[in-house]
Amino acid sequence: MTEDSMVTIEVDGQELKAKAGAMLIDVADEAGIDIPRFCYHNKLSVSANCRMCLIEVEKVPKPIPACATSVMDGMKVYTKSPMALAAQKGTMEFLLINHPLDCPVCDQGGECELQDVSLAYGSDVTRFVEKKRIVPKKYIGPLVETNFTRCIHCTRCVRFSAEIAGIREMGATGRGEYMKIGTYVERTIDSELSGNMIDICPVGSLTSKPFRYQGRAWELTQSDSVAPHDAVGSNIHIHVRDNRVMRVHPRANEAVNECWISDRDRFSYEGLYSEDRLTTPMVKDNGQWTETDWDTALQRVATGLKDAGTDIGALLSPNSTVEELYLAQKLVRSLGSDNIDFRLRQSDFRGGEPTLPWLGMAIDEVEAVDAALIIGANPRKDQPILGHRLRKAVLNGATINYLNPLRYDLNYRANQLLSAPANMVDDLAAIAKAAGASVVAGEVKPEHEAIAEQLKQAESAVVMLGNLAASHPDYTTLCATASELAKASGAKIAFVGEAANSTGARMVGAMPASGLNAQSMLAEPCKAYLLMNLEPDLDLWNPAQAQSAFDQAGFVVAITAYRSAALETAADVLLPMAGFAETSGTYVNGAGIWQSFSGAVTPMGEARPAWKILRVMGNLLDAEGFEQVSSQEVLEEAKAGAEGKQLDNSVTASPSQARMLSGSGLMRIGDVPIYATDAMVRRAPALQKTNDAITAAVRINPTEAAKAGLDDGDKADVIQDGNRVTLPVEIDPGVADGSVRVCAALAGSETLGGQFGEVTLEKA
Amino acid sequence: MANEVCFRNMDLDQPWTLEQYKSRGGYEVLTKILTEKITQDEVIEQVKESGLRGRGGAGFPAGLKWSFINRNSETNRYVVCNSDEGEPGTFKDRDILRYNPHQLIEGMIICGYAIDAAAGYNYIRGEFWEPYERFEAALEEARAAGFLGDNILGSGFNYDVHSHLGAGAYICGEESALLESIEGKKGQPRYKPPFPAHYGLYGGPTVINNTETLSSVPMVLKNGAEWFKDLGVENSAGTKLFAVSGAVKNPGVFEVPMGIPFAELLELAGGMQDGKKLKAVIPGGCSAPVIPADEMMQLNMDYDSIAKAGSMLGSGAVVVIDDSVCMVKLLERMSYFYHEESCGQCTPCREGTGWLYRVVSRIERGEGRPEDLDLLSSVGGNIAGRTICALGDAAVMPVNGMLKHFRDEFQYHIDNKKCLVDS
Repeated sequence: MTEDSMVTIEVDGQELKAKAGAMLIDVADEAGIDIPRFCYHNKLSVSANCRMCLIEVEKVPKPIPACATSVMDGMKVYTKSPMALAAQKGTMEFLLINHPLDCPVCDQGGECELQDVSLAYGSDVTRFVEKKRIVPKKYIGPLVETNFTRCIHCTRCVRFSAEIAGIREMGATGRGEYMKIGTYVERTIDSELSGNMIDICPVGSLTSKPFRYQGRAWELTQSDSVAPHDAVGSNIHIHVRDNRVMRVHPRANEAVNECWISDRDRFSYEGLYSEDRLTTPMVKDNGQWTETDWDTALQRVATGLKDAGTDIGALLSPNSTVEELYLAQKLVRSLGSDNIDFRLRQSDFRGGEPTLPWLGMAIDEVEAVDAALIIGANPRKDQPILGHRLRKAVLNGATINYLNPLRYDLNYRANQLLSAPANMVDDLAAIAKAAGASVVAGEVKPEHEAIAEQLKQAESAVVMLGNLAASHPDYTTLCATASELAKASGAKIAFVGEAANSTGARMVGAMPASGLNAQSMLAEPCKAYLLMNLEPDLDLWNPAQAQSAFDQAGFVVAITAYRSAALETAADVLLPMAGFAETSGTYVNGAGIWQSFSGAVTPMGEARPAWKILRVMGNLLDAEGFEQVSSQEVLEEAKAGAEGKQLDNSVTASPSQARMLSGSGLMRIGDVPIYATDAMVRRAPALQKTNDAITAAVRINPTEAAKAGLDDGDKADVIQDGNRVTLPVEIDPGVADGSVRVCAALAGSETLGGQFGEVTLEKA
Repeated sequence: MANEVCFRNMDLDQPWTLEQYKSRGGYEVLTKILTEKITQDEVIEQVKESGLRGRGGAGFPAGLKWSFINRNSETNRYVVCNSDEGEPGTFKDRDILRYNPHQLIEGMIICGYAIDAAAGYNYIRGEFWEPYERFEAALEEARAAGFLGDNILGSGFNYDVHSHLGAGAYICGEESALLESIEGKKGQPRYKPPFPAHYGLYGGPTVINNTETLSSVPMVLKNGAEWFKDLGVENSAGTKLFAVSGAVKNPGVFEVPMGIPFAELLELAGGMQDGKKLKAVIPGGCSAPVIPADEMMQLNMDYDSIAKAGSMLGSGAVVVIDDSVCMVKLLERMSYFYHEESCGQCTPCREGTGWLYRVVSRIERGEGRPEDLDLLSSVGGNIAGRTICALGDAAVMPVNGMLKHFRDEFQYHIDNKKCLVDS
């Protein structure tokens, strides 16, 4: 920064250097000078409506708002002069006259900006003796509770929804005293970031519905942690009382999640206290489950695994920590098996995918791209904070294109190229060819050329593959073609892992070097399986095939935080593992950042951190190197093992290899909806009540529905690989021709086959 | 000397038609400017020179406002006419729209030319159905005659004027709320700076003038700045439309030279209604502090004289109050208005206007408390000067005026739980 762009101002006699044009309130904040405010928020546009930050500026006859006053050289500011204080106190009185005195029953009590500021600027007696305003509360969804009588009309929530969430869900109607905040005509708040409104609301007008009446801010202890659901690794605070997770709040980290978190990261903790939690080790004898002690259960496991010799398959969830994944692979390898995989939702294992795929850039760099092609992904719902960064890029002028079999409801302008699953490679190849890559492609249409041109023209372009692409039967071909496109257009290539620790899992070798992968170890059943942190019917690419493999296996042990019918069918021993917040650990996010956290509560019941379970299993199986006494020690060992492993997006697969997905029939699109991604989210009641928590259905566009003789509201049988389920039909014009959306990971779809593949429909 | 500017064609039978407007030299000024290629700077200079001040209430020099516009801005520039005439007591712009719409259109075109605007918008008060239709009809005539549209009179200047009907909110008469409203948003004032001259309609540099101001422009340019200045008095050039209402025999709109004694204006309005005695006058619309009769009868109707008396000329709405009026009741009605019309955006006005109204109201009901008059002053003091727009000030000024001049009436209400006027 040049000297020219800096100015010198004086605030309360203190000389401050500031960037020319900066807002006074920011400069004062930086210097630790406290100016009271309600409507101002540094992530939102300035509205200057609350009038709490009125201050005196020399030579200005009236007090002016610090939030809307830019600094000028030589400016003399008084934040506590008689004029400033009179204005601030006057505003404070106005804000309080219609504010209910219900602090004792208000959830915001104790962490209320109005309460705090009124302590300093308010009066202890009121001059207002009239009736106070009462505003009826509104239902705006299962996550955010409203009490608009407390509203001080700062419009932070309104600006948040328009500017950050990107949908104008909140607004102010009416004038004057009768101005009311609300959703437009009784609608619910459906943003995947809606919970942030709770944080930015300075009063108890918007509070957390799941946390309502549950506790007081001063009763809670706060632990730093990392969100366990997606590749962003949002930084969070876990608030605990009496060894129970009471709520989750964002922990500001500009480089990762700024001050926001997704609703999934905020409200999933409820799933921790599901009735399904497994709290004691359990063993199955002749189909009967009995609770037992750790010794008995672990002895059973040792015997079961020993009996299998080296024919063991390990399926490990990528939501597990580095420590858990590291010890799990170490254990299985020490037993002589290399059948280890975390790529539970992948089906294309022909090889040639990147060795250590990652985002290719820091998370905050995403908002600086000026063109993007997003293939097989919906970042808005898959990684909401990443979606937010992409939206910021668009607001900065970026052009974004999508290539997907589904048309997504986006919160920014983008061009969505709809392509049936079996055509995605063709469309991508055509774009690559248009960009000048030497790939075999069919007809290059103007829409392909337009995308190629945008990527080539952009200074900072990215070609991004996400969750849906990773589950695609031609994933490696998509990788290879995307890679050629990136090279030809000068774009970066980005891979977004589906889970919190997809990158970490590769770092610690939770995948086969030469053994069976997640697909082949189920196609050719092993004698024994180790399942960690997953539900076999909901977390695997082909649950029908998985069930058959587990049925045939001699022994299955599941280390799991939950019990479920499917787990009880598949497994012989269930070992209760610590869930989210109950263990220390580390995630490596999509940008390759290692983020460690400690446990916030002790595990429920007899549950133990999975790393400890694995360590004891190692001891019982006489494996070497299982003497760690802390997760830190495991982490250091894992890190040492990962040393030298570089994040690497280079692809060696051939773009012209044979197609796995072909055929003229109707193709299933088995994507995973936002609130079905893992066992904890699936058990979080509030999230499951949102509109995004869709249930299993046959979603099909009107043309295909007509062909199949189906109508909205009908029931249809879906038949895949001989498995049949009956589901309701929903007409959705956003589904590509030639395909039908039957989501994975939802109850009702778990007996079907692969996430992608041919299906037939019959009217039921 | 009356009816020289905006009302100069009132004697005609259908002054709102293009034909009759042209019969009095209508559009000649525009034609001269465009055909003789009088420069934009010259036009602005003449308007400045004439001393024409904004007729909407604030009295800001019109030419100066025009001169703020950066004609080289990357974004489009706009002319906006404020015909939202919502100030209680004001009904002068309505008559311009009804009887002399072409002069307003001519003024808007000249202003558009002077700042090289892309378009002009006339924001018309929601209840003004008839004036709206008159204005629309005039626009059609002007378009057909080639005064609006592409390449006006072969000059290469492209410009059109559109009217926008409001929806009944007083706040939309505030210039930046008016812009928001035209843009299709909720009518709430913008924080200033930036002022509309830099960031106005759709973000472009914008001139916003009152109907009367823009309608005066053709005559200013036709007869010259000196002529216009000479119509009025120092610092208050030209004529002014006064909307006289209340206890007079002939309420109505009168165009008279600035600086005319109030006593003469009262006579023009037929004097006081029979048997009624002048008690006080609100000289510039509801927001202007009241002035007692004796003082008012000595005052001249110009910006400085009224300001010196502690009030303001405002929009020229003269409300004549007779001695049968209870000032508490009157203030209650006015305070109710501001309470009802506050947009709700910023705290002091949203909360304070309702508080003022409730306190005045309880005094009126005979439930006043001894501390209420001080409370009114204090609450008013916490509103004034601390809001985003001037509505807060507007709500406070009548309260202060009443307490200054008629405090005893309020005190009587509080002490005796009844009205001084009734007894």
